[in-house]
Amino acid sequence: MATKPDIMISDGPKGMTPIVKTVVRFAMGIIFMFGWYIILYGHLTPGGGFAGGVILACGYVILTLAFGKELGLRKLSDMGASIIDNTAALLFAVVPMFGFLFGWYFLNFLDKGRPFQLFSAGNIPLYNIFIGFKVTASLFAIFMALSIFGRFVSKLVDEEEEG
Amino acid sequence: MESFLLILLIFMIVGSIIAIETKNLLSSVISCGVVGFSVSIAFLMLGAPDIAITQVVVEILILVVLIRATITIDNTSIEEHWDTFAVVSSLIFFGLFLVFAFLAVKDLPPFGEPSMRVSQQYLETALQKTGAANVVTSIILDFRGYDTLGEATVLFTSIVGAFVILRRRGRKQRSAADTEKVGILTEEEIKEEYEEFRE
Repeated sequence: MATKPDIMISDGPKGMTPIVKTVVRFAMGIIFMFGWYIILYGHLTPGGGFAGGVILACGYVILTLAFGKELGLRKLSDMGASIIDNTAALLFAVVPMFGFLFGWYFLNFLDKGRPFQLFSAGNIPLYNIFIGFKVTASLFAIFMALSIFGRFVSKLVDEEEEG
Repeated sequence: MESFLLILLIFMIVGSIIAIETKNLLSSVISCGVVGFSVSIAFLMLGAPDIAITQVVVEILILVVLIRATITIDNTSIEEHWDTFAVVSSLIFFGLFLVFAFLAVKDLPPFGEPSMRVSQQYLETALQKTGAANVVTSIILDFRGYDTLGEATVLFTSIVGAFVILRRRGRKQRSAADTEKVGILTEEEIKEEYEEFRE
């Protein structure tokens, strides 16, 4: 299956102790699944795009703290985080404009569906997903910027590894 | 219920006083966390699980970022010095705040008895109008979508500002074509003009 060994499998010298790495390896999937659950079920249960996005950002932050900045930047580079952040913010502003076709801005024009179903409530799950992407990307990027102090850190890390 | 909230409030005040007065930056950051987690418990007691979840996860992320940022800084102790002007002015402004807060809070509806005018409409019609079972989400993303758009804009702007300030290297030097186009003088030209002016 896997041709080259992943950093997550090997207990390399980078990052924290093997205890932390093992616990993070177990908890990682649960954290990301919980974040996506909070985002996708935001119109049915407490939560929503912002809370789920912060949970996902916490997942990436834990990965970065436990396994070192190289793995965190490989999973979500700061350039990629910028692009996701901008695209999601733009979509959140543009998609409500399609409401002008049926009436006014922020009109809930999609099919409402049956209440208490996952695919219901028209546009609201869509907006939740946009906000979730935006918050995840921007908070992880701000963590990287605050902890490593550099714009587009992935390029700097590559240069350090090469030179 | 109200006594529990009072205990939480006193706990928060003690935590913030410790956060201000302690000498170690790490203990100060951890004491700040007391306020955030107590606020989230208070939201949960008041029946607002949406905001409680958001408060807990934001507090965790902020604590991690602050600890990460403060541990790497060498100067983790703060020197104490007495500033009479700061103390006197903050006491005066605190007294003014108390007076105006007393005047303002007198007219608010009492605790536990909100005025149900718009919110009654939301509670009655949200499920039929939006189809969302969670009324809070239907309000923030449908009835009050402009507010959420503004909130997203604020977040986006602050992230852009932090990126601009925190980058390691600035932009490259202005090229000659740009300076000619905009009319900015280069350093040599400024020196020449200065020397001509002196002569």
